[in-house]
Amino acid sequence: MTTIGLLALQGDVPEHAAALRRLLPPEALTAVRRPADLERVGGLVLPGGESTTLARLLRETGLFVPLARRIAGGLPVFATCAGLILVAENLSAGSGTPDPETLGGLGITVRRNGYGGQAESFEAPVRIPEIGPESFPGVFVRAPRILAVTAPVRPIAFRGEEVVGVARGSLFGFTFHPELGADPRLHAAWVASFAPELLRGKSPAATPAPPKGRRRPVPRTPARR
Amino acid sequence: MPGTIPDLRHGSVLLKRGFARMQQGGVIMDVTTADQAAMAEEAGAVAVMALERVPADIRAAGGVARMADPVKIREIRERVSIPVMAKCRIGHTSEAQILQALDVDMIDESEVLSPADPFGHVDKRPFRVPFVCGARNLGEALRRIDEGAAMIRTKGEAGTGNVIEAVRHIRQIRDEVAAVGRWPRKELAGWARRERVPEALLLEVRELGRLPVVNFAAGGIATPADAALCRLLGVDGIFVGSGIFKSEHPMKVARAIVEASLRYDDPELLARISSGLGEAMKGLDLTPLAPAELLQNRESGPARSAISP
Repeated sequence: MTTIGLLALQGDVPEHAAALRRLLPPEALTAVRRPADLERVGGLVLPGGESTTLARLLRETGLFVPLARRIAGGLPVFATCAGLILVAENLSAGSGTPDPETLGGLGITVRRNGYGGQAESFEAPVRIPEIGPESFPGVFVRAPRILAVTAPVRPIAFRGEEVVGVARGSLFGFTFHPELGADPRLHAAWVASFAPELLRGKSPAATPAPPKGRRRPVPRTPARR
Repeated sequence: MPGTIPDLRHGSVLLKRGFARMQQGGVIMDVTTADQAAMAEEAGAVAVMALERVPADIRAAGGVARMADPVKIREIRERVSIPVMAKCRIGHTSEAQILQALDVDMIDESEVLSPADPFGHVDKRPFRVPFVCGARNLGEALRRIDEGAAMIRTKGEAGTGNVIEAVRHIRQIRDEVAAVGRWPRKELAGWARRERVPEALLLEVRELGRLPVVNFAAGGIATPADAALCRLLGVDGIFVGSGIFKSEHPMKVARAIVEASLRYDDPELLARISSGLGEAMKGLDLTPLAPAELLQNRESGPARSAISP
């Protein structure tokens, strides 16, 4: 069975874990905190958090180089917000400190904090034609902005005319946080793109998301041994 | 239609709590200058708290402690790309409005500063920017959440370098959350009334088995081992105040505390990163302190919406 890893260094790890647990058998999910954890995974979620902190922690844990290599080799990745920044090939210089070095993988140019500070964070519906006509709840928290997309990367999510999500094969990246809402469609579409067998018998419809504003009790880190 | 974005919403509960969730596992550091802020970012802090003086110096200086100078907050904002937080006095709605106008990412309504309103905390709900507030126990945490706090931190005892109070507050909240899970429904109603919190909020805690917002440790954390202990006890992240820039080698201590917050369950790594850090901040024994000298005892009444921004 394919194992899905969740990078559990810093950020909204419990929220991604909760979203994935609604879709997957429990044994299919594992936390990635050191290089050895990486060897066992067939797909990896890069959560939201602080990109500078995450980049630093990837270096310190020795994950940076093997992870960059796995991504270059085609590892399926689901990256949100800070996670998207980490897989962008190019960062456009923002304010203050130098941009962190990225893992690469997606031929896009991203500007960190593209809308401003937390006061400019927003919720807005997002259009994702590939998962259906119904809009997706976009939660943008100090979100990055995608300034340029280079083929073969495809724009897949749009807020108005602006690109807010891209994909190349099973490497998905979004500037917003699907894990903060209760809509499982994006996590499900990603898993379906490389390990559809994991979704069998546990469709989002069979296990409805909890009501808005409530979360189920979530252990602090996913599937720790 | 290009240019028109329907249903754009700012300042929602989801956005405020969501911002706090992005800080999980991280360390938020007190800084008093732009140089310190740059150092904190370099060390891996997830955010900085911009202050006029660190709590140990506030304690030593005495007098009235207020919101930091806006010039200083701007300098710090311009220097780093990680979020910048700042403190306002308890109940000081105007300081909070000024901080929001300065575009800080989160406001700490903090007992470390001199309280401004003896009767009420800031009504945090109308603000677009999220708040973090200190709490010693579940009732206090829920009163602040009810007022709109998007994040809770233990009060601990700031500026002492003594972790005992932070540990007390972590355990207190944790034990009360566990107890709420066992109580019969009608006991919950009585407790909620006595603690002046809505019963619905208490029921939510019971269902989740934890606070509905992120809970960090703060107040007296001075070493990597202190940070690791708090994380072992179940908090979602760490605030470090005086512990870093009052130590002999701030950069080393800052890096070590960041790593300890992440790898708190790896004693061998903790042993390695705790080595050669030089002298920690001196610290303060709390036994001789009178109740009035304890910053943690500062709590005003629940916010009333008489003043709103």
